[in-house]
Amino acid sequence: MSRESGAGELDGALAPPMANGEVVFSEPWESRAFAMARQLCEAGLYSWDDFRAQLIAAIDAAPARPYFESFLTALEALLASRALVTTAALDDRADQLAARPHGHDH
Amino acid sequence: MSDTEDAQLRAEALESILVEQGLLTHAQVDEVIVRYNERVGPMNGARVVARAWVDPDFKASLLRDAASAIEPFEFDGGQVDKLVVVENTEAVHNVVVCTLCSCYPWALLGLPPKWYKDAPYRSRVVREPRAVLQEFGVTLAPSRKVQVWDSSAEVRYMVLPMRPQDTAGLTEEALAERVSRDAMIGVAEL
Repeated sequence: MSRESGAGELDGALAPPMANGEVVFSEPWESRAFAMARQLCEAGLYSWDDFRAQLIAAIDAAPARPYFESFLTALEALLASRALVTTAALDDRADQLAARPHGHDH
Repeated sequence: MSDTEDAQLRAEALESILVEQGLLTHAQVDEVIVRYNERVGPMNGARVVARAWVDPDFKASLLRDAASAIEPFEFDGGQVDKLVVVENTEAVHNVVVCTLCSCYPWALLGLPPKWYKDAPYRSRVVREPRAVLQEFGVTLAPSRKVQVWDSSAEVRYMVLPMRPQDTAGLTEEALAERVSRDAMIGVAEL
């Protein structure tokens, strides 16, 4: 249990933002990205160490990028490397969502 | 479009694709969020409380220097360097707030609940703690003092609730199950 705290075994430079006790998730999508990464790991699609390695690479590639954007980038890269979700499919879907009529309530 | 909006769209896109592929469901994602918010985090604090209930020496060191006392638990997550644990008694009920933002001992209690971060709780609990506690369902005897602790970046507080009467003979593990997050913030009694 002690290794299963809310950070999902990410510590040091890999820990989510938590300075001054500020909210770990500042936007709903951040909590959903975190939960997706945990759920797919628990479903056995990859180990948390696999994810951690991708996260290290994503943070190294853009140290100034907000934490959860790197987190999402890491998840995308891991799923692409396992041929589970291709970058092209994700780009297409994101474009479709972006093209929704303005004011779409989601 | 900003990078944040872009990330938001990509996260939504990713979830919709994963759901279509049968790799996860929206409900599973919701469930993980709830688990991390409400159980995994607060369970660390609950274990500390249960230990204090069964081990007087631990309780004494916890109330004296909480950060050192919890070191053997090896909790992840940080934010407990300057932790102060305040004990509820028949004479005093403690409640924790962060009036400036949302400082919170999250390695012990997980992610702060939404109301903890909202302005009404942050401002009102200082002015009228009894009324706020009443809204949480906690009615205090007039003779019982209410002590409000304002967390900051320097010091985080956690409440040590009183051990319920009907728990004699329970194991430490079973006791931990009885401890709620809200009781450790001080807005619930056990």
